[in-house]
Amino acid sequence: MFLLNLHNCLTTYLVLAALLFAFGMYGMVTRRTVIGMLISSELLLSAASTNFIAFSRFLAPDPATGQIFALFIMAIAAAEAAIAVSIMIAVYRNYKSVDTEDLVDLQG
Amino acid sequence: MQEIICQTEAPADLFSAEAMVGLIFLMAVFLVVAGAVVAVASGGRVRSMRLVRAIAGLAVCFSGLAIVYYYLLSPFLAMMQLLIYVGAVSVLIAFGIMMATPDAGKLSGMKNPAALAGPLALGVGGLLFAGLTVLVARTQWQPWPRQKSGDIEAIGLSLLTTHSMVFELISIVLLMAIIGALVLARKGRS
Repeated sequence: MFLLNLHNCLTTYLVLAALLFAFGMYGMVTRRTVIGMLISSELLLSAASTNFIAFSRFLAPDPATGQIFALFIMAIAAAEAAIAVSIMIAVYRNYKSVDTEDLVDLQG
Repeated sequence: MQEIICQTEAPADLFSAEAMVGLIFLMAVFLVVAGAVVAVASGGRVRSMRLVRAIAGLAVCFSGLAIVYYYLLSPFLAMMQLLIYVGAVSVLIAFGIMMATPDAGKLSGMKNPAALAGPLALGVGGLLFAGLTVLVARTQWQPWPRQKSGDIEAIGLSLLTTHSMVFELISIVLLMAIIGALVLARKGRS
């Protein structure tokens, strides 16, 4: 029955964020394409936002600060995604591939 | 100190409103974890569908996270999560997958990844998760008394007073990102 009370614990949210971060790390290492790595990086950023909001909800004297920080993380993530997708499109035009192994010009 | 943060009296009745709230939270956590698993799971022989599946999993994960943010008493951020992440970033990456992915034959002709990458990454991720969980469980968190309410009004007020400088900077960053994306995507079109 303690499962029904998990949403009142700080630990739940921190463990969930740690799980998201671990998934993001795993995807960042194993993905073969640039797009897959971008998807994993969004997971990492979400884990950080979750941590900020959890701490601001349970520990902070002023809960607005953590929420605003998470809001800024969202804005930066949106800008980063836009730039990354346009870079991918430009790279695909030049190399006809998004595989990270193919994007090597300086390798002898 | 932990008792203050986590009241451990579970709802006695399974059909009470509190139990329903807990059940919905568990469902949201399941959505988050399942979406994240789909988003990073690589494998399967249909390799051209992998990225599309991944972005669908990411959208599911972000929807679950929006519910989790609602439980963290920040409904404004839950709405923003749905608007920005599910509605904008996921759709943007989906368009990127459509525009910048080679056909299925070329994707399946990819070289196999290094044999060690998968297990090694799994080990690193597992160690990271285990270490963070142990740290979280062992720390005695010191809660401060809440001096303000963190509702939408407080967020708007501090965005325009305390954090106004960062607010302007963010708008400049977004403007530069728009211009940069336009320039990058238009270059080399013949």
